[in-house]
Amino acid sequence: MADAGRLAGFERRGRTAVAIDGLRAYLLIAGMWIRSTMVYRTSFVLMAVGNFAMTALDFAAVAIIFGHTRVLGGFTLTETAFLYGSSGVALGLADLVVGNLDQLGRRVRDGTMDTLLVRPVPVYAQATADRFALRRLGRLTQAAVVLGWSMTRIDVAWTAVDVLLVPVMLVSGAAIFAAVYTIGAAFQFWANDAAEVQNSFTYGGNALTQYPPTVFAKDLVRGATFVVPLAFVNWMPALHILGRGNPLRLPGWVDFCSPLVALATCALAGFAWRTGLRSYRSTGS
Amino acid sequence: MGVRGGARLYAAVAVRGFRRYATYRVATLAGVFTNTVFGFVVAYTYTALWSVRPRLGGYDLPQAVTFVWLGQGLLMATALLGGGNESELVERIRSGDVAIDLCRPANLQLWWLATDLGRAAFHLVGRGVLPMAAASLVFRLAWPSGVAAWGCFLVSVALGVVVSFAIRYLVALTSFWLLDGAGVLLMAALLATFFSGMVLPLTVFPGWLGTLARALPWSAQLQVPADVFLGRHRGTGVLWALAFQAGWAVVLLGAGQLVQSVATRKVVVQGG
Amino acid sequence: MDALIQLDGVRKEFEVRRRAGLLRRERRTVRAVDGLSFEVARGEMVGYIGPNGAGKSTTIKMLTGILVPSGGRLSVAGVDPSRERTRLARRIGVVFGQRTTLWWDLPLRDSYELVRRIYRIARDRYTANLEACVELLDLAELLDVPVRQLSLGQRMRADIAAALLHDPEVLYLDEPTIGLDVVSKAKVREFLRQVNTERATTVLLTTHDLTDIEQLCRRVMVIDHGRLVYDGGLDGLHAVGESERTLVVDFERELPPVNIDGARAVRTEGPRQWLAFPAAASAAPLVAELAARYPLVDLSIREPAIEDVIARMYGGRDEASRLPG
Repeated sequence: MADAGRLAGFERRGRTAVAIDGLRAYLLIAGMWIRSTMVYRTSFVLMAVGNFAMTALDFAAVAIIFGHTRVLGGFTLTETAFLYGSSGVALGLADLVVGNLDQLGRRVRDGTMDTLLVRPVPVYAQATADRFALRRLGRLTQAAVVLGWSMTRIDVAWTAVDVLLVPVMLVSGAAIFAAVYTIGAAFQFWANDAAEVQNSFTYGGNALTQYPPTVFAKDLVRGATFVVPLAFVNWMPALHILGRGNPLRLPGWVDFCSPLVALATCALAGFAWRTGLRSYRSTGS
Repeated sequence: MGVRGGARLYAAVAVRGFRRYATYRVATLAGVFTNTVFGFVVAYTYTALWSVRPRLGGYDLPQAVTFVWLGQGLLMATALLGGGNESELVERIRSGDVAIDLCRPANLQLWWLATDLGRAAFHLVGRGVLPMAAASLVFRLAWPSGVAAWGCFLVSVALGVVVSFAIRYLVALTSFWLLDGAGVLLMAALLATFFSGMVLPLTVFPGWLGTLARALPWSAQLQVPADVFLGRHRGTGVLWALAFQAGWAVVLLGAGQLVQSVATRKVVVQGG
Repeated sequence: MDALIQLDGVRKEFEVRRRAGLLRRERRTVRAVDGLSFEVARGEMVGYIGPNGAGKSTTIKMLTGILVPSGGRLSVAGVDPSRERTRLARRIGVVFGQRTTLWWDLPLRDSYELVRRIYRIARDRYTANLEACVELLDLAELLDVPVRQLSLGQRMRADIAAALLHDPEVLYLDEPTIGLDVVSKAKVREFLRQVNTERATTVLLTTHDLTDIEQLCRRVMVIDHGRLVYDGGLDGLHAVGESERTLVVDFERELPPVNIDGARAVRTEGPRQWLAFPAAASAAPLVAELAARYPLVDLSIREPAIEDVIARMYGGRDEASRLPG
């Protein structure tokens, strides 16, 4: 018994050590990529501005829509902007940190995956840091600006819980999106040119959650709650802050479940990643 | 080489372009899935908008929803977000391999146009048909009436692809002078998305922005084909719409030839 | 001598799916490595050769822990590679032929600095190793140059140095001289010889260039169809295969196939003729006799390619059934 306990303890310490090792490698490799991109400074600026503008035009569409109507699905422009901003920040964070996982299929195809497997640091850290691109800050900045603007305008009597819920929502949302990226990447170990499927859930999930849930068919909202839990990225906590009822009439405590859902999806993503990597290592393709 | 020989060559190049994309079956299915998901999300937001503002932009609800799905169906064919062969051309210009292309007994621009038409033909079928079919199961769509209407639509799509190619070709040629291909391509995709009608129909754009957007070449890539599909033009109006596309196609292809001749002189002088 | 690498009946099977008709797929199991057993002692430098698809890279991938074997026992430095891949990674160096691990847009020095931190190499050891590599591989002037500006030969040398900074016990090299010019090839070979003799690093080398093997390895292993078909000295390989070198001769004018002792004309094309002679024999007397009897313009010697050697050993077995990779 004592032995088993000691072994389990060792195992736990081992995992923490691996995580720290991975984080350190991630930062080292990401730093190299930042310096690499800074060799082409003009290109970097163009891409960052482009990323910003791409999402800004996206919001221009929202603004044009609200030029034609005061409410959409019962939500005003500022309320929709709050949803838009919170979803955008969550995706932007995930995209910045692990967004390059969509290159995994390419690495599997051209065989450069192998060069990651012979280094003494976790493959996940290397694959996520691969081609780390600060230009993705463009998207994040744009979403943050919209979110900040909406928070000064929405008609909310901010309580302490509401204020605390905002960062919790953003971090949980980013974690859920990161898990989706990871599961998508794991899937590419088998179907190495199906990278686009994960866009459906990342960019598609973003397109979904930036509008009020009342806009969509109930079945779609159910799917986004119970199957792919994108509703927990922002809808659930944001609707609580906005003082709106739950679209599926779920009990009130569900509004606070985002962190738990994020943990669960991340655990699932970890499992998917390990399974994918194991399959790659047994088939080599 | 006679005209017929030339036509045969370009036809063969186009067929090769088609076949090349046809080999990526899994990628195509993955793309169809993504187009369908986005189609659903956007169709619902349009439904919400048109239910409070019926006949907004001159469309009724089925027409507005159809517009969404046309956007998803034509997204790859007219390469609104990129994804045509322009990044390959950029790569060839940067690596200097374009010198090999210049040795071919064919015009560089027409050669790339032929491969892009082949690609677009594949994407129209491979990425266009299935999302539309999926949509027709769930939404009420507005279909063209009669063979003539379908014919006009196909011509309009073809012209849209040519305009799209002509723009992307011009953008790719900038790599002869600029070190950075990717940034310019991103900017081009940005303009194409917004001014083609992909994010919202251009008829919904307010005031001068709408007028400007409808006159710019990008409207030939989605707005015009969609309006032809939806039967918004009566009588000779269709011909005017097609002439608008053809006009931009000629102007932009001509500009491409001009820039190309300057660029190739540069290659010859510098030896790649 | 203790064995650093040990393989005992190692197998690797892949399931290959093939389209058969529109929707049906056929499954077929292919053995890429089929009961491989060998040992490599610490400090040995071994050539590992075979035709494309014979199972070379599959073996290397199993030895580095990338691939999990389907059966058999495998140990490198006392460790099961696939189970302790990350731990083993600190003790091995790998150079994957044409896939560089260097940072394209940054000065070469930065790539080495990253290796130091990723492998947690002690500062003094790192400095000493880098100095040694820089001197032997002639990298001093390249350290501050962005990698994209290096020539293929310079980059390969730089890549090899990157794989040695952490003092690996084993170095796996996959086609280290492919595409290099003669001078670069010579430099790489000389360096590998020194690493092997001075640091006692065990080296396993796959190559298509028999000259690499001739100049570096006392021992050669040949793999074909996933099995070890030869293990011994290079001379033995030539004798076993009775391989031939080819003398390509340009005469002044078209001649009937020449008839000369110790060689036979295998091909004529205008004034050019191809004469095959045993690989073990010296070309000098042949050339002398030819020059004495015929009006020569030019001549060159073609070494036997590994494919030829193996084809001759096994009477040209079916090429089609081989696996890619």
